[in-house]
Amino acid sequence: MSSPAPWAPSPRELERRRTRTRQRRNRVLIATTATVVVIGGLAAAVVLSPGWPRVRESFFDGFHARKSLPAIVDGFWINVKMFLIAEPLILVIGLAIAVTRVARSPWLVPLRGLAVVYTDVVRGVPTLLLVFLFAFGIPALELQGLPDGAFFWATAALVVSYSAYVAEVFRSGIESVHPSQVLSAQALALTRGQALRHVVVPQAVRRVVPPLLNDFVSLQKDTALVASVSIFDALFTARDYANYNFNYTPYVVVACFFVAMTVPLARLCDWLAARVARRERAGAL
Amino acid sequence: MTGQVTTPVIEVRGLRKTYGDRVVLDDVSLSVEAGDVVCLIGSSGSGKSTLLRCLDLLEEIDDGVIGFDGREISDPLVDPREVRRSIGMVFQAYNLFPHLSVLANCTLAPRKVHGLGKAEAEARARELLERFGLGEHVEQHPDRLSGGQQQRAALVRALFTSPRLLLLDEITAALDPELVGEVLDIVRELAHGGTTMVLATHEMAFAREVATKVCFLDGGRIIESGPPEQVLVAPEQPRTREFLRRVLPQ
Repeated sequence: MSSPAPWAPSPRELERRRTRTRQRRNRVLIATTATVVVIGGLAAAVVLSPGWPRVRESFFDGFHARKSLPAIVDGFWINVKMFLIAEPLILVIGLAIAVTRVARSPWLVPLRGLAVVYTDVVRGVPTLLLVFLFAFGIPALELQGLPDGAFFWATAALVVSYSAYVAEVFRSGIESVHPSQVLSAQALALTRGQALRHVVVPQAVRRVVPPLLNDFVSLQKDTALVASVSIFDALFTARDYANYNFNYTPYVVVACFFVAMTVPLARLCDWLAARVARRERAGAL
Repeated sequence: MTGQVTTPVIEVRGLRKTYGDRVVLDDVSLSVEAGDVVCLIGSSGSGKSTLLRCLDLLEEIDDGVIGFDGREISDPLVDPREVRRSIGMVFQAYNLFPHLSVLANCTLAPRKVHGLGKAEAEARARELLERFGLGEHVEQHPDRLSGGQQQRAALVRALFTSPRLLLLDEITAALDPELVGEVLDIVRELAHGGTTMVLATHEMAFAREVATKVCFLDGGRIIESGPPEQVLVAPEQPRTREFLRRVLPQ
């Protein structure tokens, strides 16, 4: 490289920087104004509506929010637990199904057929229905050696339902990896399985992080479906409270809990994606 | 070339570009007159591609001035899209859009940016593709074509709107030797037809043949520039000599 010449920005460059700063400031100004107008407008539309006083009373009541909070926290813990148990299982099963579907080994043909049927059928059945079928139906079979708790089977229903969706997300990611990658892995004498494991799947997973996140957020919310089989999760607790006290504030509290849980996850995924992009695409056009 | 009082198509003064701490272009000055064919030579990482990208305003520069037809385009107030309308660029890796047919690749910008009608754009694209020997591949998707064909299609795409200036970034570097010729033939034809071009290239024989001016870049600086007979045959700078010794067959 050339010797480190003492460089100082030219007057033109300084002027240009001032222009850029001014442009940036303008953009911030426009963004702020637009945000204030939109948010302010929405808020005004709600607050100035004729029914607002009644809505505020029945949905945004501080007293009821405080009073229902401890029970909702307990209930929400069930949602969190369910999510934390289901999520890793869904990832593993979903990926396994996806890999089975793209595998070419003759031994795996029956499994491949099963995987196709599984995704087709399970995705076709409403999740709520699956929860019913699992939580009420399976314990009724009185099978020996299987737990019969509603929590267990409701979680199983969520796992079954979401692993079908997640499998398809993984599969689309796997198929989006350019064939030349498989080719060059094969050229290195890797087996097809090794190529999948070390070359294709890692690239695929990176690509599907945003749609996966989408499914996770959806799953977090769908843990509330178990309220329909009388599990005392956050939603069921809120409904219980609402029915006794004729006030809907607990529903809003529950909504806040769910939002509070999904937002950090979204930010985490954004951050992860940005980190990968920085590392792998640095300097590329 | 002397005695003409015309505004250069491109006039670069004191251009500086850094990525973090790394200085990629350092005090680069370059003037390109209408009809000039300027060849940028130098080893990988010497800043050739970056310079081309700066000229097309694809990179924000850190200092210096870029003039295009007498107007400063490095001004942040200049709309880069307006500048790029009259500049064509071709990349080393073709960068054709894989989801569009060759024809659609060529007519996208003319229709969406330059406001040509579909029929008119397609007729003209067919004619150009025909001329460059791609007549039978018009409806095919880029990945079906050979590298040379893809690069010719990319050239047609860049040429379509008769840009004032053509930037070619090592457009033969990814091609098989036997395919290099067919792409260079087109560039040669364009050069003889008076198209103003700046190209980064490793093809020294070609540079010597078509260039009106050769610039040798090293470590982000233009070490030596002048007519090809001088820079490529009797270079003054030791670093140019050393570079040429490495790349030219003895």
